[in-house]
Parts: sequence; C-alpha cells; structure tokens
Amino acid sequence: MTYEPVIGLEIHAQLTTQSKMFCGCSTKFEQAPNSSICPVCLGLPGVLPVVNKKAVEYGMLTALALNCRIVPHNIFARKNYFYPDLPKGYQVSQYEQPLAQKGFVQLEINGRSQRIGINRVHLEEDAGKLLHQNSKDNKVSWVDFNRTGIPLMEIVSEPDIFSAEAAKAFMVKLRDIMAYIGVCDCNMEEGSLRCDANVSIRRVGEKELGVKAEVKNMNSFRFLQRALEYEIERQVAELEAGGRIIQETRLWDEAKGITVSMRSKEEAHDYRYFPEPDLVPVMVEEGWVERLSKTLPELPDEKRTRFISQYQLPAYDAGVLTSSRELADYFENCAKLFAEYKMLSNWIMGELLRELKQQGVDIKRCPVNPENLANMLKLIQQGVISGKIAKQVFEEMYRTGATAQDIVKAKGLEQITDTQQILSIIDQVIQQNPDSVAAYKAGKTRIIGFLIGQVMQLSRGKANPQVLNKLLADRLKDQK
Amino acid sequence: MELYQQTIHQLHSLLKSKKISSVELTKAFLQRISEQDSRIGAYISVTGDTALHQAAQADKLIAHGNDISILTGIPLAIKDNMCTKGLKTTCASRILGDFTPPYDATAIEKLKQQHYVLLGKTNMDEFAMGSSTENSGVRPTHNPWDLNRVPGGSSGGSAAAVASQQAVAALGSDTGGSIRQPAACCGVVGLKPTYGLISRYGLVAFASSLDQIGPITRDVRDAALLLNVIAGHDHRDSTSAPQSLPDFTAKLGKPIEGLKIGLPREYFSAGLGQEVAAGIDNARNILEKLGASFAEVSLPHTEYGIATYYILATAEASSNLARYDGVKYGYRHQDYDNLLQMYENSRAAGFGDEVKRRIMLGTYVLSSGYYDAYYLKAQKVRSLIIRDFEELFAEYDLLLTPTIPAPAFKLGERTADPLTMYLSDIFTISANLAGLPAISVPSGFSSSKLPLGLQLMGPPFSETKILQVAHAFEQETDYHLQHP
Amino acid sequence: MSQEEKSNKISIEEVDYIARLSRLKMKPADKPVMQQQLSRILDYIEKLNKLDTENVAPTTHILPLGNVFREDEAKASLSPEAALENAPDKEGSFFRVPRVIE
Repeated sequence: MTYEPVIGLEIHAQLTTQSKMFCGCSTKFEQAPNSSICPVCLGLPGVLPVVNKKAVEYGMLTALALNCRIVPHNIFARKNYFYPDLPKGYQVSQYEQPLAQKGFVQLEINGRSQRIGINRVHLEEDAGKLLHQNSKDNKVSWVDFNRTGIPLMEIVSEPDIFSAEAAKAFMVKLRDIMAYIGVCDCNMEEGSLRCDANVSIRRVGEKELGVKAEVKNMNSFRFLQRALEYEIERQVAELEAGGRIIQETRLWDEAKGITVSMRSKEEAHDYRYFPEPDLVPVMVEEGWVERLSKTLPELPDEKRTRFISQYQLPAYDAGVLTSSRELADYFENCAKLFAEYKMLSNWIMGELLRELKQQGVDIKRCPVNPENLANMLKLIQQGVISGKIAKQVFEEMYRTGATAQDIVKAKGLEQITDTQQILSIIDQVIQQNPDSVAAYKAGKTRIIGFLIGQVMQLSRGKANPQVLNKLLADRLKDQK
Repeated sequence: MELYQQTIHQLHSLLKSKKISSVELTKAFLQRISEQDSRIGAYISVTGDTALHQAAQADKLIAHGNDISILTGIPLAIKDNMCTKGLKTTCASRILGDFTPPYDATAIEKLKQQHYVLLGKTNMDEFAMGSSTENSGVRPTHNPWDLNRVPGGSSGGSAAAVASQQAVAALGSDTGGSIRQPAACCGVVGLKPTYGLISRYGLVAFASSLDQIGPITRDVRDAALLLNVIAGHDHRDSTSAPQSLPDFTAKLGKPIEGLKIGLPREYFSAGLGQEVAAGIDNARNILEKLGASFAEVSLPHTEYGIATYYILATAEASSNLARYDGVKYGYRHQDYDNLLQMYENSRAAGFGDEVKRRIMLGTYVLSSGYYDAYYLKAQKVRSLIIRDFEELFAEYDLLLTPTIPAPAFKLGERTADPLTMYLSDIFTISANLAGLPAISVPSGFSSSKLPLGLQLMGPPFSETKILQVAHAFEQETDYHLQHP
Repeated sequence: MSQEEKSNKISIEEVDYIARLSRLKMKPADKPVMQQQLSRILDYIEKLNKLDTENVAPTTHILPLGNVFREDEAKASLSPEAALENAPDKEGSFFRVPRVIE
C-alpha cells in the first residue's frame, strides 16, 4: 500500500527590532540572565503593553512578500496558560483577526513548480528561557526572562506540503525571503528561526487527512528534513503493522536520529483566548500598505527571473547569484562596470565564492570590491593578463585588497603579445627539445601541447595563448 | 476648624500664605491616624517618616517662594492597588503581602511631580473585588458614621480615610462603582472619570476594560483639582485617551441654567428606599430652582448590567490575576513537591474566597465551548447598554440617579451570598460598562444618620459639566460639611 | 429563584476542571459550595439570553482608538537585582522554580 505524507509547518521568526514587542527593553542582551527585563516584560502588577510599530511593519512586509492579505482591522488576544517562563500567565498573541491571512509561496520541487498556501501570519511575544540540570536528584529549574517579550512572527502554512524535501525547500524559501527583507536573522541553530511540523499520512488518493503528530525541536534545515523523513517512515510502519497514529507531540532527537513522544501528562489545552483589553486594534488603511509595499525589496524569485532576462544568465547562475540579497547586489555592482555577464558570473561563482567559503567570510565583508573585480576582468578582456594569470592576481587581490592593475604592474604579470618576444622563447624551446620537435614532425602532433607548456613556463605564464598557439604551429611547420 | 477637616483648596491657601507648614499639616494627619485608625481600619500601611520627609521637601519649595502647585505639601491617601515605588503595594491580598514595586504608577508620578505628601496606602477589597471592603485580606474597614456598618467598597479605605478626616483626599479605583459607592456610603465626593482619561499604568489590574482611577474628596472643587493633576494622556497606556485636557474647575460656579437632566426610570424601581428617593427629589428641586430642567427617561438595558459586568470583569480578572503564580514576586506556599502543587497551593492560600470565586467564574466563561455563550454575549449586551446612553445623551446633558439603593449595610450582612453583594453595585455598574464619567456627591442622610449619595452621569469626557452641576448642588446644601 | 433552591448549572467535575485551569487547589469540602455559588451566579446571568444580540457588534474597547504604537527604541532595563528583588526563590541572577519536567 502506498501512503503520502501531508505536512503543515508553523514557523516562529524572531524579528530583528531594537526593542521588545511591548516594552523598550533591548533585544540585544548580553549573556547575563535577567539583565534585559523591565516591569512590563516581567509582568509586574499594574503594567501595560504598548505595541512596537516596527514589529508590526516587519510583519506586514513579510506578509506582503508571502502574497498575504493584510487584515485591515487586526487585534491582539491573550492566550492563557501557566508556565514558569510566561510571566503574565498569558501570552499576548493574535488569534481571530490576525495580522494577515491567505498567502502563498511558489516552490520548485524536482523541477516542478508548486504553490504552498500560507494560512496566516501573526505577531506575538516570545517566552523566557528555562534552564535545567540533567541530574535525577535535582529538584529545581532556573528562569531567565531576557527573551520574554522579543517580537515573534508566526507563519502557518496550509497542509500543502507532501514530502520532507518540500518542507525543507519551503523553509529555505521562507528564510531567503525573510533574509531579503531583513526582518529576521533566520538562524535555526541559534533559534531565531524555529519550526514545528504537523505530520500525517494518508493513502494515496484519499482526501481526508490522517491523525497528525506535531514534531518539534528541529534546529536546522537538515534536521528538519531528516526528522520529517523519519516521522513519515515511522507513521507508515505503524500503520503497516496494524497500529494507529495518535495525536501527540514528538521531539526530534538528533543524536539518535528519531522522533520521541513527549508522553507528558500534558492536559488538554484550553487557552481561553480573548481580545487583549490592554491593546487597541491595528488598523491598516490602504495608504499604509502602499507605503510599505514601496519599501519592499525585490524578492528572490523576481530577482532571479530578472537576472536571467537582463543578464542572459543560465537559470543555475541566476539562482546562485540571487541566493542572498548581498551577493546579488555584488553581482549587479560589478555588472555596471563589466558587461560580459557570464564571464562575471563564472568568476563570482567560482573564484570569489570559493575564497569566501574557505575563509568563512560573508559577502558583505568581501575584501575584493566590485570595482576591483570588474577592473581585473577588464584586464583579461583587453588581453593584458591571461585567464590563468588572473587567478593568481585574484588571490593577491583577495589577500591584500590591492587593485589588479597594481598587482599586475608590481609583479610584471602583463601578458606578452609581442610576436618577436614570443618567437624568441619559441626558438629557445625548439632548440632545447629536439626530440619533441622530431616526434611532432613524425606525426605525433599532440605533443604540441607539451611545447606550449614549455613556452608558457619560460614566459612565466604571460605569453598570450592565442598568439603563442599560432606562432608555434607556424614555426613547427617552418622546421621542415 | 481643625486642619484635618479642611479641603485641598483651603489648605493650599494656608500653605501658600505660609500660615501653616506641610510638616505641621502632615503631623496633624499622622496624629489623627494614630488616634482614629485602630477603630476605622482605613489604612493598610502608613508612611510616617517618608511622609514627613516629603512634607519637609514641600516646605522647602514653599519657603523658596516658588510658584507652588495646588497639591504641594498636601497629604493624600492612595488605594493600595496603585504602585508606589519602594513602598509596599499589596492590593489587600496575601499573595502580594510583601510586594514592593520598583516603579510608580503614572498617577502617582504626577502627584509626585506636584510634591504631594503620601500618608499611606488604603484598605480595599482584595484586588478591588467587592462592595464592602470586607474582602480585604488584612482586615475590614468600618464606616466612620457607624462602626457596625461597611464603608462600601472596594475603595472603602480611601472613602473612610477622607470621611474620618485621616486624609485630605484620596485616590480610589472604580471598576463597577468602587469609588462612587463607598463615597456615597461614607458621605464624601467620589468621581469615576471617563475610561481612558487617567492612565491605568501602575494600577494593579482587576478588569482592564473597566478599571479607572479617580479622586475621593471632601467637596467637588477638590475632585476637580485632583483630576486636573492626575488626568492626561500616557504613552505607556495604549487605552489612554489622546484628548487635550480642559481645566476641570473652569465651570465651577457657572450657572447651570438650561441644562437638561434625565431621570432614568429603571433607577427608581420599587426596591428603592424611600429616604433615597426623597433625597433625589430634593436634589431635583434644588437643581430645577437653579434653572436645570428634568425629564423621566429610560435606559432599557439597565437590568442586564450586573450580569454583563460579572462576565466581562471576571473573565478579564481571571487572566489578569494569572501572573500571581509564586515565581517572580509575591507569595509562594512552602508546601509543594512539584510545579503544579507550587502553583495550586500558592494561589489557593494567597487569594481570598471572593477573588477565587471570580477567577473561577471568569475562567469558566472563557473556557472552551462557553466563550460565545457568555463572553461574546456579554460584549454584545455591553454594546446595547452603550447605545442606550448614546441615545439619551443626544438629547440630555446629564443623568441623575441615586448612587446606592440604601445606606451602608451592616458588616457581615451580605458576605454569605455573593450574588446579593453583587447587586449592591446596581446603580454604578452601567457607567463602567459604557466608560462614562460619573460622580457621587452627598445627598443627605437616612433617619439613622447614615450618608446617602446621588450620582450624575454624563457622556464621555463631560467631567467639566458633571463637576459644574455637582458643585452647584453642593453649594446649595451642607451635607458635605457634616462630619461623623 | 430562591436562595435555598439548588442549582446544577455547573457540575462538580466542571468545578474541578476550572479549578485546575485556574491553578487553584480546592478542598473537597469547598467544592459543593463553589458549585452552588457559581451555579447561582450563572443562573442569574442566564437573563442575558432574553436579549436578541444576533446583529449586535461586540464591544471590546470603549474608546474608538487604534494604531497606538511605540517607536522601536531600546530603553534602559531594570538591574537584575531590582528585577529579582521580590522573587520568592532565586539563585544568582535566576528565578528558581520547582523542576520543570521536559
């Protein structure tokens, strides 16, 4: 029997505001516990929340990027439950009338385009952090409220995802979009981007959804895919063995590579949502949306399409170059100065990205600025240096930040195009390698490659290859 | 007349002309408190030295000939549900018995900027839940006019403190009548301003959509003067009104001729005590002589006020009081083996019965499956109640009603039956539901010499007019000048 | 309804459920009292059902306010000492609670 998985994701993204969601405490706190809290986020008696406008706008920008409809009159609500990391005994969130609804993301999965629906985007506040010590006789936990009140954006997908791979692709897409807009650090390892998944399986062709399990604790894109692959297999095996799926929360255990039931005596949740009386509605008129839309940067998909048409780049190149906004900007800054785009793309995807990756440097801090790279490429184009020499020049540029011209001049790396100069080297090589010349004459024409290499070596790589090829061939013919 | 019997405006001129000092005045009150309060029980904490220090500071300002403000050097009492930095704020609850806020409520900040003197924090029904101050976790407060009777509630301590001359004036809070009802019971003036006029920041929340801070004073002018200080927009309270402020004393003494006042018939039903009804007739006659006109009107949804209120207020309270969990501050029970027990035991022992009852009721009406039937329904009925008022205020300037259906009841009389206690707020609750300003002023006495009060309600932000009419009535009577 | 008349608007099981949701420990003897008191209040509240509110919008806020925001500016926080001053149980700069099983 064949099954298909149905997956819906709930994503929590910490917004990169300066201050918290409802108070002025800084979001950039030191390690010291309980150092970035105030009466408001600590939930002291009598305090009141005030909404951070930037957080609302970050949410709206994301919602627009996800093709959502902004809810014109959206409200905050209280989600009531007791937990030591929740100082007020309720979380201020959005429930009915969230910030935005009904959007979608377009994905490429195995070369096929698929649309994944976004059910809603809403804002809420983060909870604090609990620390435990893993010893059996330890009877306490410690609470640090620094994280309490950090603005979170929750994005809920529709159950439109039908494989672990697609789930990962969806997350990557969301990450790219949010990183493009600059609303989230999107670091899954550090928890600024979190993801829970509702997973169920059903027989292929069935319409109705199966019983779902909620999978948590997937702290990287890779873990997400692995956890879901495992969970899908587990559910299939369970059903095949005649068992049934129970609705539960399961944690991904990376070390063991399995999901584990939380099996807590968790009571049925009854969150008693009601409109937050301490906060007034967010009213979004057209003008506000329009103003924000204008500040929305070009998104990855649009940019990729544009790169293909504007720069005549292959889809693969466009994809790599637009994988981050900064890299795309880098490319475009170079492209303004150097119009052989494919050559430019090759250099960026090849030499540049390799160096950056090796050194673990972000494109934002790339030591070779676009002017320098473009100038170096021009030197190649003008025949001043060969492609091979250019690699050497590039490494030097990367190391020292010097311009290509200076490096070429200082090291005497200009290409030799002068016929006489090349001929004199050719003659020297012919003289030193009579056997090879003889072999060539005897018909082993492929040995010319060896001779070219010898000339190159003697010229320290500076001989213009085209000129060299032609001159050497002529010379060998003359040698009859 | 003794110093402690005078009003803010009288004492202000004495201070300003240096006939008395604030230290002298403060000492007089501290002395008075030490003599009186053991039998009244108006205060939970008395500041003593801190008060004298504040008074000395005020005297310095006065001595330097600075242009002092109306409250400089004036000793006030504050209900113990307003946060005072460095001074215990308990809400008369065991669960906050040792709580010292690290910040001041906005209203307190404003008083401090005027260099007032804080005499102490007053007793109240625990978390402002009650109508008699018998739900205090500390002790009940006694009505200064008859110690066997309640002072009303929940701001019973504040009202009793002013009535027994243990403070010049006081701040209270009003969620369903908690300023006006005790003011009426104690024979003083109590004003609940329009929702949003005074910042709620630092007022320990009971029911967020209904709570308002307001003054309890000896006369109407004092109420206006205090309101001038504590009112105003606050960026820390999202529900705070952005309106610019009038001078609330501006219309005091101006003729009230031509004003149209409605008498809502639902407030004069069969259950109303005869003395109370007579008091309102008397008030009507006085105001008519001053040129106001009266007409019987109707607020048809009045009878649904209490039911609506007890759904909305308890629902909000159940959530507002969830923060008292023994983790960050407040009481933690010693006996527990795990987290759940810590929560359950701390909250069971930390809250009194009425608070627990309301948390239970509020949790119930919000719980899964009941939200629409109770909470949403109540929010809709609230709209109907608001509409009643809007329709009347299109035609009438103000409404006149009794504040309380009968004089203060005896201690213990209503504690057995919560619902009967809830019905004590029948005349005051609608103003909270509709967010309207309303004042209670002394309107006479019962045959047993217990104070009665009348209530004037107006449309949102009509405080100036309410104060004007209340003041006009007060000028024609001497009820406010009588002391227990 | 007279005061003596019993009402079962809410069951003992519901009292238990609500007490648990509210994190209030109840003595067994107090439960029937709570049941009666809550039931009586709920019976009283029933009167709202006499009203047709089909086409009435609910009121959450009295004032017609919207879009009340703060600018995204970081302000000073409390010192950890001040933040922990009222803590019933603390260790170093942490609040301490009974072990939370995860």
